[in-house]
Amino acid sequence: MNMLLYLIPIALFLGGLGLAAFVWSLLSGQYEDLEGAAWRVLDDGDE
Amino acid sequence: MTCCAVDTEGVLALGPDRVPSGEEVWLASKPLGNGLRQLDLSVPDMFCGACISTVEAAVLRLPLVRSARVNLTTRRVSCVWAEEIGGKPADPVDILKAIAATGYRTHLFTAGALDESDTLRNKLLVAVGISGFAAANIMLLSVSVWSGADAATRDMFHWISALIAAPALIYAGRFFFLSAWNALKHGRTNMDVPISLAVILSYTISLWETINHGEHAWFDATVSLLFFLLIGRTLDHIMRDRARAAITGLARLAPRGALVVDADGSRRYVPVDEIKVGDRIALAAGERIPVDAEIVSGVSDVDLSIVTGESVPLPVGAGDELKSGGLNLTGSLVIAATATAKDSLLSEIIGMMEAAEGSRAKYRRIADRAAGYYSPVVHALALACFLGWGFLDGDWKHAMLVAVAVLIITCPCALGLAVPVVQVVASGRLFKHGIMVKDGSAIERLAEIDSVAFDKTGTLTMGRPRLTEAVDADDRDWAIATALASHSLHPLSRTLAEHAATPALGFEAVTEKPGEGLEAATPEGIYRLGRHGFACPGEPVGDEPRRAASEVVLSRDGVMLARFYFEDMLRPNASAAIRALDKQGFATTVLSGDRIAVVEETARRLDIPLWFAELNPKEKVEACEKLQSAGRRVLMVGDGINDAPALSAAYVSMAPATAADVGRQAADLVFMHDGLDAVPMAIDISRRAGRLIRQNFALAIGYNVIAVPIAIAGYATPLIAAVAMSTSSLIVVANALRLNRRSEPAMPQRQVRPVLAGTRRTA
Repeated sequence: MNMLLYLIPIALFLGGLGLAAFVWSLLSGQYEDLEGAAWRVLDDGDE
Repeated sequence: MTCCAVDTEGVLALGPDRVPSGEEVWLASKPLGNGLRQLDLSVPDMFCGACISTVEAAVLRLPLVRSARVNLTTRRVSCVWAEEIGGKPADPVDILKAIAATGYRTHLFTAGALDESDTLRNKLLVAVGISGFAAANIMLLSVSVWSGADAATRDMFHWISALIAAPALIYAGRFFFLSAWNALKHGRTNMDVPISLAVILSYTISLWETINHGEHAWFDATVSLLFFLLIGRTLDHIMRDRARAAITGLARLAPRGALVVDADGSRRYVPVDEIKVGDRIALAAGERIPVDAEIVSGVSDVDLSIVTGESVPLPVGAGDELKSGGLNLTGSLVIAATATAKDSLLSEIIGMMEAAEGSRAKYRRIADRAAGYYSPVVHALALACFLGWGFLDGDWKHAMLVAVAVLIITCPCALGLAVPVVQVVASGRLFKHGIMVKDGSAIERLAEIDSVAFDKTGTLTMGRPRLTEAVDADDRDWAIATALASHSLHPLSRTLAEHAATPALGFEAVTEKPGEGLEAATPEGIYRLGRHGFACPGEPVGDEPRRAASEVVLSRDGVMLARFYFEDMLRPNASAAIRALDKQGFATTVLSGDRIAVVEETARRLDIPLWFAELNPKEKVEACEKLQSAGRRVLMVGDGINDAPALSAAYVSMAPATAADVGRQAADLVFMHDGLDAVPMAIDISRRAGRLIRQNFALAIGYNVIAVPIAIAGYATPLIAAVAMSTSSLIVVANALRLNRRSEPAMPQRQVRPVLAGTRRTA
C-alpha cells in the first residue's frame, strides 16, 4: 500500500504535464488556424 | 495547384471596389510601437496551401513588410510593416496592391468583437481541458474504489478525489453557475439551473460522506458531468465563432473617410465620423457616398441598388439629394454633407432595426423551454424522494443520498448535449454548402417557418445586368459598342464590355457624359453609345417599348446602328429554388423597393403570385409584421440596406454574401454561393436538425424513465450513475451524427462567376 504514496502523485504529475502542455499550446495560438496548419505541412518551402 | 487560380475576369469585375488610399490603410492599421504597425486584411478567396504560400510570398517580398502570416480558417492575412524605410515614409497600399497583383481580392478589415470572442473560446477550451483532466484522474481512483478498496484506502482515494474536484468545479463550473444565477435573478430558469444545482449538491454530499467515512462518493459523476456539458457549450461557441469570422471577413470597405475640400480649395482626408454638415466633399467615380449629401456640382449616375433596391442606376446632377451608401458610377461630383455620419440614412435604418426586433427577442431556445418543464419536475421528484424515504424509513441520511442520486441521474447531461451537438453538426453541413449560421437558435427558428419573403434586387436577381437581346447588331457594331463600353464603369457598359470580341478596337478620345452615355469622335463620324435620346437625338423612342428592360443604343452621327437590351440577371437556380419551396408548401412573396414593372416581370418569370413593389424600408417591416400577426412565421431573404429592418423583424432571416454590411449583420444566416438553392437547402437541413433534436429529447427522457425508478428505489450506486450517464451521452451524440449520413459531394463548390450569358447574338 505504501507504493500508492509514490504512484498517485506521479500519476497526477504526469497528467498535470499533459494539461500544462495543452494550456500552453492553446495560449500560444496553435489552435488559431487548424485549416492552414494542415496545408502548411505540405509546403516544402522551396518556392 | 490550379484549384485556386482566381479568374481574372472575376477580379476585373470588381472594378468599383477601388484600392483604398494610404490614409485609409493607415487608419486601419494598429500601431505596435517601434515604428511598426500591424495591418489585418481579409482575403476571402484563399482556399488551400498554394494560396497561403502565394499570398505570404507576395507580401514578404515588399521591403516595408517585416512579417506576414495567413490564417486560412478566417481567410485573413496579418502583416507587420514598418512606418519608415530608409528614412522615407512607407506606403502601406503596396501591401494591398501586391496581394491584388496575385489575383486575390482583398479588403481592409477592423478587428474588435472577434478578439473578444477568441478569448472566450480560449477560456472555454482551458475549462474543458481542466475538467477533462480532473474527470480522468477521479475516474481512475473511482475504479479502484468500485473494485473493492478497503476502508482506509477508500477514504484516502475519496479525499484525493475531493481535492482534485474542488478547483476544477470552481474553475470549469463558473460558466454554468454564473448563467444560472443570472437566470434566477431575473425570475427565470434555464438549463443551467438544474445543472448547477446537481453539481453543487452532489459535491457537498460527497464531501460530507467522505468526512464521515461513507461508502459512496459522487466526485466522478460531478466532474464528468461538467466535462460533457462543457464540450457541448464549447462546440456551440465555436460554431457561432466560425460563422462570425467568415461573415466579418466579408465586411466590404465602407468609406472610412472622404476628401473634404476647404474654402481655400485645399483638400484633406477626413475620417467619416468627423465630417460636419455643410462640408464639401470631392467624390470620384467609383467611390461610395459617405454621408447623406446634396450635389453642389457635377453630373453622374448613382447606383442605389443596395440602398433602395432600385436596379437601374439613377442619373443625378447639381441640387439632387444623395443617400449614404450609394455608389457614384460615372462622373466626379462635389457634394455638400446634409447630415453627419451619425444622422445619415444608415443610422435611421439601425434605429428601425432595433425597433423591429420584437419576435426574435421573445424567442426562447428549445433547450431553455425544455428546462422550463424539466427542472420543476426533477426538483419536485428529488424532494419527494427525500421526504418519502425520510418518513418511511426514518433514516434521513439515506433519504438525502437517494435524493442526490435522483438529481444526478436526472441531471440533463444528455439534454445539455442533445441540442448543441445536433446544431453543430447541422451548421457544419450548412458550412460545407457555403451557408453560415450565426447561432443555434437560427436553426431552430428556420425549422419552424411557413412563409418566405424575398427581396428582389440582389436577392432574387444578382443586381448585375445581363444582355438579353441585341437588335440589328452586326460584327462591326459589336466591336464598336464593346470597345466604347470598356471605357465606362456604368454596370450596363461593363456587361456589354464583357462580350468584347478579340481583337478589340481602340478608340483614342472617348468621353463619358454622365447620365447620358459615351461618345467617341473618329474619322468615320461621331459614335455614341447610351440612352436613346442621347444617341439619336430627334428620333422618336423605339417602336416597341420594353418597360422592364433597359435599352442602350449605338449610333453614328445620330443614326441608329444597333440596340441592346438588358435585364437584371436572375440568381442561378432561382426558379428551381422557388419551385422547391412551392412544392413543400411554403408561401412565397416578393417585397421590393424597385419599380412596379420590373418587380412584376421578375415575379412572373419566377412564378411568384404575390408581390409588392416600391416599398420603403418601413413598409417592408410592416409587410413582414402583417404576415406574422396573421400567425405566419416568415423567413425574410434580403440583401440591401433597405432590407435590414425587415430582416430583423422577420422570424428568421437570410442574406447573400454580397449583401450590404448592415443587411449581413441583421441576417441570421448568410449564404456564400451565388445560387438561390441555398434557401431550400438551409430549410431542409434545419428541419432535419429539428427532428433529430426531438429524437434526442425522446432518447434522454426514455433513459430517465428507466434510470429514475432505480434511483428512487435506492439502488443507484455511483458506478451505475457513471455508466448510465456516459451511455446516454454517447447515444445522443451518435444520433446527432446521423445528420451527416446522407452523403453528398463534400467538395466545397467554387463560386462560379457567370462570365458570359448565352445570348450573344440574337439579331
